[in-house]
Amino acid sequence: MNASFKNSTVEQVKKIVLDIIELVAPDADLSSVKSDVRLRDQLDMDSMDFLDIVMELRKRYKVEVPKEDYTQLATLDGCVEYLTPKLQAVAAL
Amino acid sequence: MSNSERIVITGVGLTSPNGDTLEAFRRNLLNGVSGITNIETRFMGQVHAGVCHFDETKYQPRRERRRGTRAGAISIYCAHEALNRAKIDVAGVDLSRVGTFIGITEHGTVETENEIDVIRQYDYDTKYWSHHHNPRTVANNPAGEVTMNLGFCGPHYTIGAACAAGNAGLIQGVQMLRLGEVDLAVAGGVSEAIGSFGIFASFASQNALARHEDPIKASRPFDKNRNGIVVSEGGCLYVLERLKDAKRRGATIIAEIIGYAMNSDARDPVQPDPERIAECMKLAVARAGIEPQDVGIVSTHATATETGDELEVRATREVFGDFPGVAINNTKSYIGHAMGAAGALELAGNLGSFEDGVVHPTINVTNLDPKCAMRNLVLNESKQVGRVDHILNNSFGMLGTNSAVVVRRYPV
Repeated sequence: MNASFKNSTVEQVKKIVLDIIELVAPDADLSSVKSDVRLRDQLDMDSMDFLDIVMELRKRYKVEVPKEDYTQLATLDGCVEYLTPKLQAVAAL
Repeated sequence: MSNSERIVITGVGLTSPNGDTLEAFRRNLLNGVSGITNIETRFMGQVHAGVCHFDETKYQPRRERRRGTRAGAISIYCAHEALNRAKIDVAGVDLSRVGTFIGITEHGTVETENEIDVIRQYDYDTKYWSHHHNPRTVANNPAGEVTMNLGFCGPHYTIGAACAAGNAGLIQGVQMLRLGEVDLAVAGGVSEAIGSFGIFASFASQNALARHEDPIKASRPFDKNRNGIVVSEGGCLYVLERLKDAKRRGATIIAEIIGYAMNSDARDPVQPDPERIAECMKLAVARAGIEPQDVGIVSTHATATETGDELEVRATREVFGDFPGVAINNTKSYIGHAMGAAGALELAGNLGSFEDGVVHPTINVTNLDPKCAMRNLVLNESKQVGRVDHILNNSFGMLGTNSAVVVRRYPV
């Protein structure tokens, strides 16, 4: 995988996650979300919102996130790492 | 605290198909402006309905709205509007002493139908059923959403009382103030009924869903050609306080609640019992310490069903028929049947008469049904009656629940 392809994949996954967050937390300012800080520490979101993200991944991409993996979605970077292979497996990337 | 503790209305917040403020609502009632339109509903196509147009995000962040329900959004809007009118800033209130009591006819059917529609798109796989379903459909949802939005920590619940629910919410508020359980009550009724095809379909199967080529003429209580109910959404919440508290803080008092009653037919799931309805109205009047002839306006419940209207008229004639000074009107002819909100809205629509001495009419009566004729029925045109001292608001509903509330002008 070359660097630019990898970079574009990272951005794609971030966009997928941020698009979902935009639906779940429509009043949140997503322009300055830090990739390495817990999403719940920088946005007004709780566990019900988090379950919405899991549901939207299921609905939009048929990606399943089992409960034991929830912690891997804590940050945007974590989302990229965890979701990239899953999204590639369903040809969403 | 006692039963004689005087309770007053110091705020009203509402959303109705023909107005989102007390003033707009009143103006449209006096001008004969209906709020009924046509909407598309799931599986049934076009139906007549009363749709509210308030701004959902005026008092509620979009995230909160997304997680909640339409009934919750209606309740939050009405609660804020009522508090604003009462000039109450919640920052200065002991929030643990505020109670929220909201009458509902139904709750949860809208959300359940919506979720079934979601999983239908995924071959009925319940994995796609929302985790929001339970908090949205618990019966206390509309009242609970108000407490979360405004930070009220006193008791909150809904009162399920079919179409008597608006009055029942008000009555609960009065009782909790008299019991000393709360110092401020936000009370009334709401409905999101138009989001549920099942409510329309059930009335249709009962041959009780209104149809007319012109939607604004569809709701025709007392008309010979009436053919059923127009389902509406709406809400109306009141700020209630003890008179002494209201005076102490220099509140503007809109009216005093001086009597109420509720009873049950114990007979039939859908057909009202005029005997019990009459008893209920008489009891409310007696508790108010007045005579039937002291009532200036009787706000009827009539929903424009064939038998319901006739039976209510029979009860109303029995209690008020002998007294030419008692004007009788109906508000559903403008806004349809707002279910849990109906009683609360219909009372609110009449409150203006304490100031202007005008009774808004029952509209859409082109051919009065002789079975519904009462000499004091105000039809099609507003009637200047002079001073109005008391209003009786009648609401009853399925499973034979009846309610009547009597309010008095303030000061007398």
